[in-house]
Amino acid sequence: MSVFTTVLARDLRLAIRQSADSLTVVAFFAIATVLFPFGVGPEANILARIAGGVLWVTALLAALLSLDRLFAVDFEDGTLDQLVLSGVSLPMVVLAKVSAHWLTTGVPLIVISPVLALTLHLPMEGYLPLLLALLVGTPTVSLIGAVGAALVLGTRRGGVLLSFLVLPLYIPILIFGTAAVEAATTGMGFTPMLSVLGGLMILALTLSAWATAAAIRQAVE
Amino acid sequence: MPCTPGKNLKEINSTTWILLCYGPPMVGENFTAQEFSGSGLACRRGGRLVFEGLQFAVPRGGALVLRGANGSGKTTLLRLMAGLTPAAAGQLAWNGAPVEDAEQHAASLRFISHLDAIKPALTVTENLNFWAALWGGGQIPHALQMLGLGHLAAYPARLLSAGQRHRLALARLLVAPAPLWLLDEPGNALDDSSLAALTQAIADHRARGGMVIVASHGAAFVSDGNTLDLGTFAPTNTAHWSDT
Repeated sequence: MSVFTTVLARDLRLAIRQSADSLTVVAFFAIATVLFPFGVGPEANILARIAGGVLWVTALLAALLSLDRLFAVDFEDGTLDQLVLSGVSLPMVVLAKVSAHWLTTGVPLIVISPVLALTLHLPMEGYLPLLLALLVGTPTVSLIGAVGAALVLGTRRGGVLLSFLVLPLYIPILIFGTAAVEAATTGMGFTPMLSVLGGLMILALTLSAWATAAAIRQAVE
Repeated sequence: MPCTPGKNLKEINSTTWILLCYGPPMVGENFTAQEFSGSGLACRRGGRLVFEGLQFAVPRGGALVLRGANGSGKTTLLRLMAGLTPAAAGQLAWNGAPVEDAEQHAASLRFISHLDAIKPALTVTENLNFWAALWGGGQIPHALQMLGLGHLAAYPARLLSAGQRHRLALARLLVAPAPLWLLDEPGNALDDSSLAALTQAIADHRARGGMVIVASHGAAFVSDGNTLDLGTFAPTNTAHWSDT
């Protein structure tokens, strides 16, 4: 088996055995989203207006919850040392771990998002762009988050530091993700926004693994 | 030739099998590296010079025991030898040629530290399988047998005792061959029979041309290795506390 599939298979198996971690992320996403109708009021047209933005913001925060454990556990128990010493390509290990993170947190968020959109009265034509934007945008969330997660390894209160590092970088995803939903609900085409999100994903895909690997090498020193 | 209890197992009797397992290793998998050495090594941790001017050389089949008080830099030196920690000065060399490709260097060593890299949610076999797949090995039943973990193969690693966890970490040495073993206090938490198994594993490894560098306070695990006392490489005065 290649390095990628070996690490991916192990991380997926661990995530399934410790499924509480993934469920926490989904539960946070659901609860945080459902708070908005209570806070903003039940008026359907106001909720419909903010639905896209609310779902994206809560999805980003939910993903952030899981990110600080992405490398921290492996760092604390010495697995990262051994991975660095395995003589295998570290960026490939990183890509595998990020893929596993996306499959176990990003995908569940995408799956549950239409149900939550229902509670926010999202107009019917907004569902498809919401799902597509999440599908293209959440891998970037995991990829950028991985760089931050590797940089804060070994620091105290790394989770808080991580949000300072990573959340500003999520702003482009948030803008274009929300814009895709809004464009569709106001009767305009949403493909340009998806293209931008796709471009961001490709950019993150090419840079993130190497940056993360470099940060991991720093951390294990 | 590694002992792989597989389909051939039925055809040979158990005595033969034990001989195959624990008998002298055959010529085929001998290691070829002639020497692993370091010269002029210095290491700085948090602005403090831990040691300087350190030299060592381990010949093929040789062993080196690192001694020194707590904080004298045994673990730091092992991490430096592994390539995890960069040296402030000096260099490591294989057969006299300086180490340049970090990945290639990493692939020719196994490092056992006090961090065991064991996932409690995976079974004993799954834990080893992962590293065997990554390193291209596959002698898992043999490795587990050797360290007395055979009967626990299907157990989740979270149920293991401290000593058993450590034995599982040590089993990584045996799943895929690598010429250089770096062992940091490998005797911690081990019972007598495990200590004997580890001593035997080290002897086997050296017999086929492997090298062992072990940091240890207590048992040395090697009968005839050289000893390196880190105390003699400690910086001589406090001027090294500078933040340069």
